Amino acid sequence: MKKIYVKENRCLGCRLCEWECMFANSGLDAMFKLKGKQGEILPRIRVEDNPEDIHFAVNCRHCKQAICVKSCIAGALSKTDEGMVVINKDKCVGCFTCVLVCPYGAIMPAAGGKAAQKCMLCTDNDRGEPNCVKYCPNGAIVFEEREI
Amino acid sequence: MNMYIPPEYEVVRDNSRCIECRVCERQCANEVHKYDGDLKAMISDSTKCVNCHRCVCLCPTHALKIVKSEDTYRQNANWGAQTMNEVYRQANSGGVLLSSMGNPNDYPVYFNKILVNASQVTNPSIDPLREPMETQVFLGKKEVEIKRDISGRIVDTLSPQLSLKMPVMFSAMSYGSISYNAHEALARAAEELGIYYNTGEGGLHKDFYKYGKNTIVQVASGRFGVHAQYLEAAAAIEIKMGQGAKPGIGGHLPGMKISDDVSRTRMIPKGVDAISPAPHHDIYSIEDLRQLIYTLKEATDYKKPIIVKVAAVHNVAAIASGIARSGADIIAIDGFRGGSGATPTRIRDNVGIPIELALAQVDERLRQEGIRENVSIVVAGSIHSSADVVKAIALGADACYIGTAALLALGCHLCRSCHTGKCNWGIATQRPDLVKRLNPDIGYKRLVNLLTAWNHEIQEMMGGMGINSIEALRSNRLMLRGVGLNETELRILGIHHAGESM
Amino acid sequence: MKYVIIGNSVAATACIEGIRSVDKEGEITVISAENRAAYGRPLISYILLGRISEENADYRPKEFYEKNKVNVMLGRRAVKIDRGKKAVLLEGGGEVFYDKLLVSTGSRPFVPPMDGLDKVKDKFSFMTFDDMKNLGRALSKQKRVLVLGAGLIGLKCVEGIADKVKSVTVVDLAPRILSSVLDEGGSAIVQKFLEEKGVGFILGDSVSGFEENRARLKSGKEIPFDILVLAVGVRPEVSLVKDAGGEVNRGVAVNERMCTSLPDIYAAGDCAEGYDKSVRANRVLAILPNAAFQGRCAGINMAGGEDIFGGGTPLNSLGFFDLHIMTAGVYEGEFIEDISAQNYKKLFIKEGRLVGFIIIGDIKNVGIYTSLVREGTPLDKLDWRIMSKCPLLCAYPAKERDEKLNKGV
Repeated sequence: MKKIYVKENRCLGCRLCEWECMFANSGLDAMFKLKGKQGEILPRIRVEDNPEDIHFAVNCRHCKQAICVKSCIAGALSKTDEGMVVINKDKCVGCFTCVLVCPYGAIMPAAGGKAAQKCMLCTDNDRGEPNCVKYCPNGAIVFEEREI
Repeated sequence: MNMYIPPEYEVVRDNSRCIECRVCERQCANEVHKYDGDLKAMISDSTKCVNCHRCVCLCPTHALKIVKSEDTYRQNANWGAQTMNEVYRQANSGGVLLSSMGNPNDYPVYFNKILVNASQVTNPSIDPLREPMETQVFLGKKEVEIKRDISGRIVDTLSPQLSLKMPVMFSAMSYGSISYNAHEALARAAEELGIYYNTGEGGLHKDFYKYGKNTIVQVASGRFGVHAQYLEAAAAIEIKMGQGAKPGIGGHLPGMKISDDVSRTRMIPKGVDAISPAPHHDIYSIEDLRQLIYTLKEATDYKKPIIVKVAAVHNVAAIASGIARSGADIIAIDGFRGGSGATPTRIRDNVGIPIELALAQVDERLRQEGIRENVSIVVAGSIHSSADVVKAIALGADACYIGTAALLALGCHLCRSCHTGKCNWGIATQRPDLVKRLNPDIGYKRLVNLLTAWNHEIQEMMGGMGINSIEALRSNRLMLRGVGLNETELRILGIHHAGESM
Repeated sequence: MKYVIIGNSVAATACIEGIRSVDKEGEITVISAENRAAYGRPLISYILLGRISEENADYRPKEFYEKNKVNVMLGRRAVKIDRGKKAVLLEGGGEVFYDKLLVSTGSRPFVPPMDGLDKVKDKFSFMTFDDMKNLGRALSKQKRVLVLGAGLIGLKCVEGIADKVKSVTVVDLAPRILSSVLDEGGSAIVQKFLEEKGVGFILGDSVSGFEENRARLKSGKEIPFDILVLAVGVRPEVSLVKDAGGEVNRGVAVNERMCTSLPDIYAAGDCAEGYDKSVRANRVLAILPNAAFQGRCAGINMAGGEDIFGGGTPLNSLGFFDLHIMTAGVYEGEFIEDISAQNYKKLFIKEGRLVGFIIIGDIKNVGIYTSLVREGTPLDKLDWRIMSKCPLLCAYPAKERDEKLNKGV
């Protein structure tokens, strides 16, 4: 399956990916309309910075043996036949056991705190391809099939 | 007391579009942008802005623009604002004004006053999509006479040549003045394009020895980073006598740009200013130059062409004549528009001559003296486009060097602040956080794109003229016509005015 | 091959998936005492809360049983395992023959003997969907609720009903709430938070008897109530295996393949004593992820595959209203704490490893800590200055980060 991978040595920590993620999942037709909506939409990708000027983005790794799927108390998390980990927000009760078990910090409470959210590779919006990858200004996030 | 100098440009933020994502803040090494917690809004300090457009390009909502400041001194056709500000700055600091990149002033660009011919009816044009169109060139001394052995076989006496898939190379930009990633992008692009890039006088980073067959190494007055393996690694060696942006003076790489890696590569102490003397202290004549040329040839077993690079100055034709007799294989001439990572402003803006005129004169002089085939000629100093390449070749060049155009492809927005070391595009800097911004995977591809496009355009223009090889275009000045040029300019360029037939 | 599964919750579902990952054809029968498809038991408080609809509460999609060719016997209780016949006997007659059997019977509520309890009209457990439905029907704005037990079940029930009733009082013998999950400091924070939401607590006390709608406490206090919720504790449901002669301690003894001491009989989930990495011993670890892992492991082994249950780790993710609590591992060794008005954080370090934590409030990236606990990562392998402040991947060395972010996982 094509997955998102990050190139730490290319990441600038600009956080455009976080904003492009929010935009892609906002349903808005123009990015500037995110103005004033801070907190109403949260990114499903997060950028880490460390003091040694290392930056990288993290989002769902779509683990083969996804511990979040196995730990979900509601069956809201599942794997598609292709191997993508998806969340059904109608089933999620916001217990955040997934947050407790994800070794990557790649699943997080959605805005409002009533359910979890995670990257679904922009298959759940109208983008068709991961928006963070498309708009990373430095090619630090890639979407590709890797034989590993 | 320091005089306040109003900013030349102002950052204008459309607050109705700004989503306070703070990308501008994170991306500005000059710290222009800042999120103000009290105002809950982004604020900008235009006095720090160098107008590099990094923030404008990365702002995801296009909320930013940079405009020329309307704040002006009283209108004066004689004392312009810039001139006045320079006086203030010098009165503030007592220092020599520093600038970067090429001469930006309003001098004529002769390439823009030259037009190219095309075939109509009587001499058919050639369609490069259907017919072979040769843009490959070989640089080096050509043999005029054919020698045979007693059995009649041709004796190979050809001097070493550089083979270029197209008549363009990346000009000398040192590691130190530009970043590791910029060098990697140039090296990889040169390899893919089948051309050459040039180390400048900063030595060759150990990681880039693998691109040696596409590398020209430079030996300059500071002799930084020059050693046997360095010479051996390269395809050709360039002796730098001068640079278009600063003819007659040496170079100065500030200590803050001498990082660990730069220090190792240049073989100089870390953090200490790197001074390249104005002259080579062992070269005071063509004979001295010849000694260095043959020293280098001797060191490399006569396998590599030697390039001598000079700035275009008033006597460039006579100087080139000397170089052509000195044993050099290639002469590189850098016009007064040529770029630099740091140069005294007065030198950059007032010294040297246009490359078009220098080239025409050098080619003419070498032909008159019958030594044109002793050397190839490479020209530099603001080759803006494929059209300039075509015109330069028709004026007598064998190939062109591009520097600024390559940097633009890598993201440079010509803010001309290279000397500050804070290049927001990751080009003219050694700060690791900034260097990172130039991803060589992307950069090299953009360089390849640029020159691939140019090569197509060169072929189109050649085809239009009914010419199917660069060889046939070289010094073919009948293909050129001047517009708006006076008699003297036309005579120096060796071309007719537009409208004049042969 | 005939597979039979007793119980129909998380371990059972995972077992089905485990079997089907190896054997696509074998006959699978599930015997469920309950009358509906599998659901995550912890969901029942969320259904009361209105966070999820009953229709959405199924643990797997509607087509799950059909797709996996599972014969589900709903509303049938298994009463005996006949090892000689290799059959499960059902309440009311009937038997189901097995080649491989999984016992995933979970646990049952434990109710200590209390005087007059049988006279209390509206009393409920809070374990099953039916318990929840029955309780839900009894609730109204006029009712006073008495909850016995300030543990996970009791307090999740409190969250679910708090805004539907007149008052809620919780009584527990322990001197603090959530005593099996939190330390004293953590308990105090959560108690204060719940008290601010209007929940009453009487701790260090217990009911000595009931007189219809009044509970008499050991301390002499009397509490009037309309509804009683019994959430004192649970016990693993082990009787089937025990009666069949299998080894049973607190839970059903199993090996690393989830096999009991009896041939062809496996156990998984809350009734089983699987390996717990945090204490390096087998014990009942009644948490949902554990049931999922054990069930799958059992299923694979039942179907002839090879899988080892590497061990569970205690984990709890709890939410009360908008307060989130996450814990893992054991609270032993040295600890570092970071306590502010909004957040409570305690990290327990033993032998250079993170062995447990309690985090209340800021739950960002907590799974990164959990993985340290689960994997027993030596802390000197990472930048603990960063990691101890905030769970971040950048605390790992570059090479490991690269493994995590750029390799298949």
